[in-house]
Amino acid sequence: MPEIALSQAPAHIRMGSSIGQSLTRREGVLKTTGTARFAADNHPPGMVYAVLAVSSIARGRVTSLDVAAAKAHSGVIEVMTPANTPRLAQDPDAKLHPFMFRIEVLQNDTVRYVNQPIAVVVAETLEAATEGALLLAPAYETEPARTGLDSNDSFIPQAVGAGGPAEETHGDVDAGLAAASARIEAVYETPAQYHNAMEPHSVVAAWDGNTLSLDMPTQAMAMTQGRIAGLFGIAPEDIHIRSPFLGGGFGSKALGSGPQVLGIIAARLVGRPVKLVLRREQMFGPVGHRAPTRQTMRLGTDDQGALTALSHHVKTATSTFDDFIEPAANASHALYASPAIKTSHEAVRLDTGTPLFMRAPGEAPGSAALESAIDEMALACGMDPLAFRLKNYAEVEPMSGKPFSSKALRQCYEQGAERFGWAARPLAPRQMRDDAGMLVGWGMGTAVFPALMFQGHARAVLRQDGTGVVEIGAHDMGQGAWTALAQIAADALGLDPDQTEFRSGTSDLPDAGIAGGSAHTATAGAAIHDAGGDVIAKLADLATGDQRSPLFGANNAGVIARGGRLYRRDDEARSESYTDILTRAGHAEIEGRGTGASDPAALSAYAMYAHGAVFAEVKVDPDFGQVRVTRLVGAFAAGTVVNPRMVRSQYYGGMIWGVSFALHEHAVMDKRTGRPMNPNLAEYHVPVNADVPNIEAILVEERDVHVNALGIKGVGEIGITGTAGAIANAVWHATGVRVRRFPITLDQLIGA
Amino acid sequence: MGLSITLTINGARRAITLDDPRVTLLDLLRERLDLTGTKKGCDRGQCGACTVLLDGRRVNSCLALALSHDGADIVTIEGVAPGGQLHPVQAAFIAHDGFQCGFCTPGQIMSAIGMIREGQNWGSGAGDDPERVREAMSGNLCRCGAYVGITEAVLDAQRAIAEASRRDAA
Amino acid sequence: MNRFEYARPATLAEAVAAGAVPGAAYLAGGTNLMDLMKGGVMHPGHLVDISRLPGLDRIEWLSDGGVRIGALVRNADLAHETKFARQFPAVAEALLSGASAQLRNAATVGGNLLQRTRCAYFYDTASACNKRNPGAGCDAVGGENRLHAILGWSEHCIATNPSDFCVPLTALDAVVELQGPAGRRAIPLETFHLLPGSTPERETMMQQGELITAVCLPAEAARFAGNARYLKIRERTSYAFAVVSAAAALRLDGETIVEARIALGGVALKPWRPRTAEAMLAGARPDPAVFNRAAETALAGAKASGDNAFKIELARRIVVRALALAAAGTPERVPALPASPFAGAITHA
Repeated sequence: MPEIALSQAPAHIRMGSSIGQSLTRREGVLKTTGTARFAADNHPPGMVYAVLAVSSIARGRVTSLDVAAAKAHSGVIEVMTPANTPRLAQDPDAKLHPFMFRIEVLQNDTVRYVNQPIAVVVAETLEAATEGALLLAPAYETEPARTGLDSNDSFIPQAVGAGGPAEETHGDVDAGLAAASARIEAVYETPAQYHNAMEPHSVVAAWDGNTLSLDMPTQAMAMTQGRIAGLFGIAPEDIHIRSPFLGGGFGSKALGSGPQVLGIIAARLVGRPVKLVLRREQMFGPVGHRAPTRQTMRLGTDDQGALTALSHHVKTATSTFDDFIEPAANASHALYASPAIKTSHEAVRLDTGTPLFMRAPGEAPGSAALESAIDEMALACGMDPLAFRLKNYAEVEPMSGKPFSSKALRQCYEQGAERFGWAARPLAPRQMRDDAGMLVGWGMGTAVFPALMFQGHARAVLRQDGTGVVEIGAHDMGQGAWTALAQIAADALGLDPDQTEFRSGTSDLPDAGIAGGSAHTATAGAAIHDAGGDVIAKLADLATGDQRSPLFGANNAGVIARGGRLYRRDDEARSESYTDILTRAGHAEIEGRGTGASDPAALSAYAMYAHGAVFAEVKVDPDFGQVRVTRLVGAFAAGTVVNPRMVRSQYYGGMIWGVSFALHEHAVMDKRTGRPMNPNLAEYHVPVNADVPNIEAILVEERDVHVNALGIKGVGEIGITGTAGAIANAVWHATGVRVRRFPITLDQLIGA
Repeated sequence: MGLSITLTINGARRAITLDDPRVTLLDLLRERLDLTGTKKGCDRGQCGACTVLLDGRRVNSCLALALSHDGADIVTIEGVAPGGQLHPVQAAFIAHDGFQCGFCTPGQIMSAIGMIREGQNWGSGAGDDPERVREAMSGNLCRCGAYVGITEAVLDAQRAIAEASRRDAA
Repeated sequence: MNRFEYARPATLAEAVAAGAVPGAAYLAGGTNLMDLMKGGVMHPGHLVDISRLPGLDRIEWLSDGGVRIGALVRNADLAHETKFARQFPAVAEALLSGASAQLRNAATVGGNLLQRTRCAYFYDTASACNKRNPGAGCDAVGGENRLHAILGWSEHCIATNPSDFCVPLTALDAVVELQGPAGRRAIPLETFHLLPGSTPERETMMQQGELITAVCLPAEAARFAGNARYLKIRERTSYAFAVVSAAAALRLDGETIVEARIALGGVALKPWRPRTAEAMLAGARPDPAVFNRAAETALAGAKASGDNAFKIELARRIVVRALALAAAGTPERVPALPASPFAGAITHA
């Protein structure tokens, strides 16, 4: 563990050995014994059940509901429709900032997408509420659904993703293409995808006057608290959210969904605690999705295989009533050196729920297209795909010219290729078969994901008994926050982990920012580190200013905090325990506060990304086109590795999402009605265990002194990037067939 | 209407009166008996999160009508580690990081325990062939993608259980 | 799920009487019925729980060498019954390729025969479906029908039968035993399921109140044990319905095919038995050219019902491959990935 400077008092340092340790998950026993309490596992006294009724049309209005039939069903307490739903303090269609999405919470009878909530049935039992919702038998006034990317006029969005420009240009792409000695142009398509966390969106809501108690999974407690406070006209601090565990989020649980708000309204209406859990099919509408894309790639190279131009144009879709534009073209910003790069987006408005951030938003589909196109370009140049990527290696961020804060991509290529055995790959496709006669193909892709930070806050306490407490309202959706942040917390206080109490997962703790953008460990970790620095500095002041302390007068030299003691930096023989310092000073405890956020100076000086290289082997049945990914090797460099075990799991998970993207996931939409026809886990395929027989992740060492004090980049999303393209390229290498429509299905390979 | 059944749940016999014939075993456990370790991911037999042992066999409790199983012996995730000593499968899941968010985990663990038992009963289990383990565990979806750790954990736990039973036999 | 009257009759006679009431449905493993009830696709007013009827959970070996499989035998138990798996390996392989281990532990033999289509428009109660609502029309026609039928469909219904188990059973001349208000009868599985025609709501030969008591395989079916396979194309390595599947069984005398059996799954509303193709193979040598001709014949009447023309070619190829695999001999043990093309060596044309 390198020495880490305190931000407040650079003379002091802290040394701990927790960061970098492969600890098992601190909540492991809870999760393996069924005692980890997820939101829907709560059952306050008097609780009743709410079940949504959702629309089967994509556009129009509800003209009737058989409320009487539902109410007549034994056990039904109330049917909430626009006729009796309490009005909210704030228009749910208000959009005060880009992270505020318009929601349907029964304020009117309009239907704007399939599976939109149109009523809520509350009953004494889950069985009665479920059947009550079915008995409503809605009638509609239906307007034609606008579906598919061809369906209507497109527009240039004002912003894409979290607020980036729709078009960005560097150099002259047309000139670069005109001057090229080889060129490719290809169109790639990616389908609508749904997050489908294993845990359905849920809420257990209980009102006590104007205070509200909520068990609900959220990736952004403070923002969710603010959103709900606004809707109900109450103070955020009167809302207490418990979200200790999320059963997966992937972006769909970031901001408080309409259905969860409906559960809260229902609790108010019936005056009892309410549990509302989405049914799986209801997750195909009101809780976000990844929009479909059609991506046009134009690339040119000179006679040495160096890119002369890279153009990435994306046509995608958003809802008719709100904007989220999948920023897929931005995947081409940072990876390959080219004198001319242009990225652009256009969108159409469809009668769907609003798309939303979904694990690697933009990067995932953008990378699939870019990495496929790079492969096609390499082929056109007659070059090995790895050699081609190295030829076009970006030494600086191509569009801005900024240096990278760190970039160990070359090492990723080297270590991944070595482990995979890439050197033995024949250049031409359809050259390899296994003993059983299956076509074998090898492909690769480059992975990249920006190293982002939001803003987060933390509180750190040192107690007279020598223990410490770190508090932060962080979110564990599986990435390992309970463990990794606790490791950072121990080091931040110069304590052993078992002396450090780590509190997290509730909204009364300091706001940790959003668990998204692969930024949570960096953001929350930096906040914890900063808070630890603050309290250690206070402790050091107590000691160095006290003549009775062996550390008296050491303030200029600084101290080292380690193992519950402070040491003089220039003379480690002189030290004192935290307990002694606090006891003498008469403090039961002292407190520090800290903030984690990007350093604007570093941001303007450096381009910050995590990188990786993914190598895939696929086998394809020569007659049937059935594909299996038989081997995946990913090598990733993402700065400081807080916990190798958990980081590796994040890479595995991301790579499996890449498998899913390449071969499986696909919301089948009926073009006539806009209705998802596979809103279930039997036919909306995500990989099963047998789909991923062999995955390896290599953690490539990388030290970054610019991204944040701890050198942490994100690892949660990068694994998808690179992987989908690597698999597509491997399928081509196996079969000679270039499939440009994802997922790669066997009907597109038949005849291969 | 009172519908009375008796179930043995995690070793304890329980007389249960239902006011509704529609209650599934899963909803009975979760909503009426406060055994919330068993999870509902799809409610349609498509994800495996609700896996329990029913008369010793792993099944999807979401598709089991509680009334139909009067007299049955049920083991849920809460009954796997009595007295706090982790079952070898649970310990192996922790050691191999066989989960991330943890939501599918109770179902994965119950499925693994059921799978190991099937191998003993039928004499044709997955054995130490990882490919057979992966196939046998494919009824449990994990959206986080923890399959690598799950497979390693199942193989490891299976070895530990076999070793323990050899020791016991000796 | 609608409210229903629940009854658990103690005897077969009581079950038949209870099941004869209009709106009654039999509950056994529940893996399909509960799913359909939760989706609002089926809403029986009476559930007749037959899961404990005595005597129906046994595998009986008949004196002539045939086998009688009780309707309540669980899919997993049948697949893992050593003698059964040895005598009817394609059936065991098909069973183990279906659904998941959990579902196979619950699902019964009789229920498997009655599982209903996975057509999305059948499941989606807002869509028109002639099965759910006779005369309503079929929204699968002109809809998302990439995986729909290529044989035996009508403009009233283009759905397919999702069963794996029924495919080799049909190839091996299985017979379904029924008990009903009018007594016992037996129907060859090949004619048990009905093609849609103009009455897709009629799915099998069963009458209200009739109950499957057993499925029988004749002794002759075991003669194929050395050369019998089931092969299933899927869009996920496991836990997925077939895009198309095929069972192939051969009786060989040296280098000559004495008798061949073929059945296709995922292509029609019933397991498809191409008898003309089977007949062509009798007396021929088991070589690729012969298998190709048989496959052409098997699919001669196939016609796309939508965006699924690829399934015709896929089905043709799976017949060829399944025959080749059967000719190569039944493996010692059901492969690690049952029925998967990735299960092992392909003896490729």
